[in-house]
Amino acid sequence: MTVDPQRSTRMSISGSAPSLPGAARALLARDLRLLWRRRGDALQPALFALIVVVLFALALGNDPRLQAKVAAGVLWVAALLAGLLSLDTLFRSDAEDGSLEQWMLAPVPLAWLVAVRTFMHWATTAWPLLLATPVLAELMHLPHAQLPVLMTGLALGTPLLSLIGAVIAALTVGMRRSGILVGLLALPLYVPVLVFGAGSVTASAQGLDPVGPMLLLGAGLIVAMVLAPLTAAAAIRIAVH
Amino acid sequence: MTDSSVHAPPLLAAHGLSFARNDAPVFGPLDFAVDAGEALLIKGDNGAGKTTLLRVLAGLLRPESGRIDIDGHGTDAPARTRALAYLGHLPALKADLGALENLDFLCGLQGLRRGQSPDAAMRIVGLDGYQDALARQLSAGQKKRLSLARIWLSPAPVWLLDEPYANLDLDGIELVNRMVQAHLREGGAALVTTHGAYAAPPVRTRELMLRRTA
Repeated sequence: MTVDPQRSTRMSISGSAPSLPGAARALLARDLRLLWRRRGDALQPALFALIVVVLFALALGNDPRLQAKVAAGVLWVAALLAGLLSLDTLFRSDAEDGSLEQWMLAPVPLAWLVAVRTFMHWATTAWPLLLATPVLAELMHLPHAQLPVLMTGLALGTPLLSLIGAVIAALTVGMRRSGILVGLLALPLYVPVLVFGAGSVTASAQGLDPVGPMLLLGAGLIVAMVLAPLTAAAAIRIAVH
Repeated sequence: MTDSSVHAPPLLAAHGLSFARNDAPVFGPLDFAVDAGEALLIKGDNGAGKTTLLRVLAGLLRPESGRIDIDGHGTDAPARTRALAYLGHLPALKADLGALENLDFLCGLQGLRRGQSPDAAMRIVGLDGYQDALARQLSAGQKKRLSLARIWLSPAPVWLLDEPYANLDLDGIELVNRMVQAHLREGGAALVTTHGAYAAPPVRTRELMLRRTA
């Protein structure tokens, strides 16, 4: 073994402490690598949403007017369920292999790491879905004029869903199996987001101004961006005991 | 408890430290200090609270009472993160990532000791040639060696090593001892739990004996 001899014998072992951007970059790189190694799994949420929408399209029969009416609601529920499906994996594997312990012991705030991880959750589940939304909307005969409203609502609402979900995932990370429980806890909290998100599309379909619900979604997103990582970090500290 | 060095405060000191789980005392109150260049061997039977003590020191558990000083200053858990490197029972490795990728990530999280690189650390712990091996393909002993590489790369002066000898072959046990020795020579300190079956590193050592509280 080569122990380098030039290091001096004084109290502090010097070195570089991680910076916030540095830690975020390391975590993003890790998650992207893991995603690539399991790229089959990564597509599942988007495929699931696609299937939900197709099921609705089939079940509602060949009635474009009816489909157009419920399109926004169906797309919102599909996005919400797709995000929920992968919520349980947000911190679970990191808790099981001890990674969360090292997150807690890192000289960067746990809330920051939680925020980065949650962003990755959003980017990998909601982002592909957002890209597919124009196609899905077409499938559901959503009037073209309402597509921008739907897209904006989803762009504001899905990160909010991920942030709320992160708190629930953190709360349940100490339990062995919590698949259904996560859904039972998270879905009621998703209701306001769903109401305002789908409601904005309905409002615009009726010729009303959709900006109000959008602003509420935006405000909720800003509040959640600050509070959710802190809350989830506190929950993780309690769970990892 | 007396200090061998008069001027410098101990690198890590516990005062009246105790921990209870659901009101059942696990250990303490304990008073001990570890100076720079010193190792503290924490001995005790299974269930005596060795792991719990290290987790309390690391900040993963909240002590029931007492104070933990780093370099003479009272600290809370977030303030200690810069000073402590913790080797626990869980390896914190992602099974689907390569050995070096795991190490790179953990260094991004904990910081990097001056003059060290993950690649060089892999050679030091005897994992040369395994850089690209997935963590899931490593044996328990190799995973332990990879975790030791992480500790070696940490810029923290105090090492908390929970059963570092477990799963290691004779050569690996020797490796731990040499690493601790080198770390202490540079002014670091190490707290090592063991149930006493292994040879301690040839360094200035204090011992802390934990007994099960009935």
